[in-house]
Amino acid sequence: MSEHAHIEFNNVTVRYGRNIALDDLDFKVKRNTIFGVVGPANSGKTTMLKCINRTIDFINTAKVEGRVTIDGEDVNELRNVYSLRRRIGMVFPLPVGLPMSIYDNVAYGPRMAGIHDKDRLDELVERCLKQSVLWDEVKDRLKSLGTKLSGGQQQRLTLARALSLEPEILCLDEFSIAIDPVTTMKIEDVLTSLKSEMTIILVTNLIQQAQRISDNMMFLNNSEIVEQGPTPELFANPKNELTARYLSGEMG
Amino acid sequence: MSDVEHPFTSSRHERRKGLREKIVRYLMLASTFAIIIPVLTVIVYLFVKAAPVLSWDYITQNPGPLGKTGGIWLPLMGTFYLVLVSLALVAPVGILAGIYINEYAPNNWFTRTIGMAVTSLAGVPSIVHALFGVGAFVLTLGMGKSLLAASCTIAVMTIPVIVTATREALAAVPMAFREACWNMGATKWQTIRTIVLPNSVSGILTGVILEVSRAAGETAPILFTGAVASVAISTDTFDRKIAPYDLTEPFMAMSYHLHVVAEKISGMPEGMKFGTAAVLIALILIINSFSITLRVWLRSRKKW
Repeated sequence: MSEHAHIEFNNVTVRYGRNIALDDLDFKVKRNTIFGVVGPANSGKTTMLKCINRTIDFINTAKVEGRVTIDGEDVNELRNVYSLRRRIGMVFPLPVGLPMSIYDNVAYGPRMAGIHDKDRLDELVERCLKQSVLWDEVKDRLKSLGTKLSGGQQQRLTLARALSLEPEILCLDEFSIAIDPVTTMKIEDVLTSLKSEMTIILVTNLIQQAQRISDNMMFLNNSEIVEQGPTPELFANPKNELTARYLSGEMG
Repeated sequence: MSDVEHPFTSSRHERRKGLREKIVRYLMLASTFAIIIPVLTVIVYLFVKAAPVLSWDYITQNPGPLGKTGGIWLPLMGTFYLVLVSLALVAPVGILAGIYINEYAPNNWFTRTIGMAVTSLAGVPSIVHALFGVGAFVLTLGMGKSLLAASCTIAVMTIPVIVTATREALAAVPMAFREACWNMGATKWQTIRTIVLPNSVSGILTGVILEVSRAAGETAPILFTGAVASVAISTDTFDRKIAPYDLTEPFMAMSYHLHVVAEKISGMPEGMKFGTAAVLIALILIINSFSITLRVWLRSRKKW
């Protein structure tokens, strides 16, 4: 475990039919850090996340080459893909409240994993909703429907769900698009404090967000890694012209 | 005022658009009436003509000799149990197959071929299904002319529509719900059981009930497989009254009974013909409104 980084991509290439979605990705994410991923639309960010928890398996046309490892274990060789997914919290950009109560939304994952103890679930739901900065808004109506919340609230509900399984890896894909700036800042603080418990991959369109909270980051463009490194360094001396333009907001 | 056109007057183009809007609208309204009028006429005419014989006794008494006297209890029960047994046979298989095709099967040419075959099966005429039923159930499987053989035939006949209705109801549940569950480590079956089915059950059930009751109202599929013009069954005890038929025996059915009293026997009182038709229509209306009520009730609990 010591010689492996927490998450490693070794020469990962993904094709959707003939289109290349990820081209030879090679990077490492250290345990208990926040890894920022930035890049324009269609650069492969979401595909990269789907490789980690193997939800890419659900896309029939996708072909994955190379190795994705967690603690040195190839995720494609794992027999129990469900336990893999429980170790990884995922938040995708579109907020999805499941058609059940707010409480049940957060308790869903633990219940599916076999946890039914009422007190334990109560405690867990409260903790996750607090971590996703939603608790104060919904604590009096946990029984009402998750689908009736506003977009930003549903997105935080999605985040609470991702945290409900106490994952060792948290993947955030544009978690803040529908959330107001003040709440976003609060969540960023939570994420920074969660670092002690988990490794976080933060895909974001907000370059300042990556700058604020990520330790290392990479810049994807056209399915390739353009540049990666410690976040302050990447912002201070980008080695690649494209990186410099993207990070300074000049690239359209 | 006179030389400046009023800013809100409609242009020539807009006036033409408005006219077209009206024409299309009235055309659609007329078509809607064209549908309602025959339906209402049939129902009203039937019930007016049937009024003299319609009574509680007519419904609860067995048909007399040649159906010229008495009631329609036995055929009514026959059709009722035909629906029930067919439902019990077709619902599990059809729904499970629909779930498999929609949720599990990979989207390749083989699955698409199966899907197409299922859809085409819906276009097979019912008389062909009836002959298949004779060959497969009555003769080969040795069921004889019986309630079971007729129910099996109805089941085979309705399976394509039930599979299709199930698939459509499942497809109406957003993909994002499934993905959210998978991301939390739920298995496919857990996802289907907790999210997909609870949100599609109204569509599935309505489709199944409507289709089976429609098929059970047909004469062809039961003509050679189980329905007979009369049965020698006494309904003296209460048990025999509410469950007159054995699965292995032939039975009387509303549609076939109507065919017999309307066509086969001379000197049939008119009231008996219309009475049978009216009760058959009423039965179908009751099943339909039950299934619509069920759908409305389940929809009101829908959560997105």
